[in-house]
Amino acid sequence: MKSISNHFSLVIALLSILFTIQIFIIIDRAVDSYKENLATNYSVVIVSQKQLSKDTILAINPLINTYTELKPDSVIKRLNANMGAKNIELLKLSLPKFYKLKMKHYPTPNEIKKLTKDLLKNRAITKVEDFATNHNITYKLLLLLKNIISIFAGTIFVVTTLLILKELRIWQFKHSERMNIMGLFGSPIWLSSAVLFRLAIVDAIISSVLIFMIFSYLSNSVLIQEYLNNIGINIIIFDNIYDFAILFTTAISLSILLAIMIVIGHKEEV
Amino acid sequence: MDKVIIANNLSLSYTDNENIINKVNFSINSGGFVFITGASGSGKSTLLRSLYGALKPQQGSLIVGGVELNGVSTSKRNLLRKHIGIVFQDYKLIKEWTVEKNIMLPLIINGYEKAVSLTQVDSLLKHVRLKHQAGKYPPELSGGEQQRVAMARALSHNPILILADEPTGNLDEYSSQLIWNLLEGANNQLNTTVIVVTHHIPENMNIDYKHFHIEFGTIHEVN
Ligand SMILES: Nc1ncnc2c1ncn2[C@@H]1O[C@H](COP(=O)(O)OP(=O)(O)OP(=O)(O)O)[C@@H](O)[C@H]1O
Ligand SMILES: [Mg+2]
Repeated sequence: MKSISNHFSLVIALLSILFTIQIFIIIDRAVDSYKENLATNYSVVIVSQKQLSKDTILAINPLINTYTELKPDSVIKRLNANMGAKNIELLKLSLPKFYKLKMKHYPTPNEIKKLTKDLLKNRAITKVEDFATNHNITYKLLLLLKNIISIFAGTIFVVTTLLILKELRIWQFKHSERMNIMGLFGSPIWLSSAVLFRLAIVDAIISSVLIFMIFSYLSNSVLIQEYLNNIGINIIIFDNIYDFAILFTTAISLSILLAIMIVIGHKEEV
Repeated sequence: MDKVIIANNLSLSYTDNENIINKVNFSINSGGFVFITGASGSGKSTLLRSLYGALKPQQGSLIVGGVELNGVSTSKRNLLRKHIGIVFQDYKLIKEWTVEKNIMLPLIINGYEKAVSLTQVDSLLKHVRLKHQAGKYPPELSGGEQQRVAMARALSHNPILILADEPTGNLDEYSSQLIWNLLEGANNQLNTTVIVVTHHIPENMNIDYKHFHIEFGTIHEVN
């Protein structure tokens, strides 16, 4: 019982920090995946007086990923009946060219402004339809979502940090007594604090394993998979190697930092 | 004769303006047995603290086991402490360690092998009549039992010097006699220097001893 209560408080604090971090990673992944969705659906249409080459278009702005020329054929077909082939050729030549541009990623409003400006610098391009208002609303929603999550995660992080600092004071008290007594029998500081570091490392391992189990369970849960599919997001909830490495490193560094702080804060009593 | 402790013009204090021990001179022979008496608050514990290097001399020189403690480095002081066994007035047992592990502490610090340590602890537990309490934690023991654990810990690594601050303060006649026998035994058989702070010097001591009395910041020998 004694040893369990020794570990309990730090493990809980570490768990909540790791949990927050992983949730943040998941949300970030979801937002990114949603952004990708948006990017594939979003396009800018330009009207040009001349045929534009691939190199010319791609050189205008690095954001532009691909483009397709919109063929006026469908419009012309309807006129086809009443017109001679010669006239149609003439008409085709005089009609402006339409291009649909796809972006490399989902642009910010500023990037769109810059893109429009860059496009209009080209003499041949007479009109740019960037669907800015629609885009703006979606973008702002996305931003709002991300900000809310960040604030939420930040708050939890601050609260748990305060929790750990309070815990630290208790720890400092508890461990400094033992470290003092060991010191009185000539123990060097590395030996007096060895228990502390072992405890810190063990707690980090315990909390990492627990968090691994929690998220492995969650990522295999049918309910959660279904829910994510319903909102059209397809992401990895928990990467057994990459995410675990991040969480484990965080846990170890945090708890060792804590132990170092205790050792540094340790004062010998007379 | 070799001196384990040499104090020269030694002053001890916690604050700058008031000396608890004021410019004293004394020395203690290697293998000696010394009682220190004095009224409560006279500075007995303070003197012991200086002997294990927890309280730095305000003034003068204090040499223990050949180490000058005025201005000693932490590593040198730790080395000296490894060869001293201390019984603190408030025991200073580690609460989250068992009785057995508490007694083993100096052996751990001195890097003894586990098997050797266990035999040593076992024999000490028998001597202080606490074999049945080996797995308990200090808060689960009576004051007198804790005091005997502290005594066993001070003896475990066969130190060259034992400093005991009222080691029988909480004990009945019978247990007190156990403690005196242990201290006498260490002094007799291992030639350990023993310094004991006490209010009552036992009457039936089988060995020669010295008696220092502390009063008004000075130390004088009682004959
Ligand atoms: N850590 C400390 N800081 C400041 N003053 C102290 C400290 N420890 C003891 N003193 C003071 O030093 C004086 C001597 O204390 P000390 O503990 O040496 O007395 P003592 O002779 O051991 O008494 P007792 O027989 O009651 O144990 C006392 O006046 C006490 O108030
Ligand atoms: Mg005292």
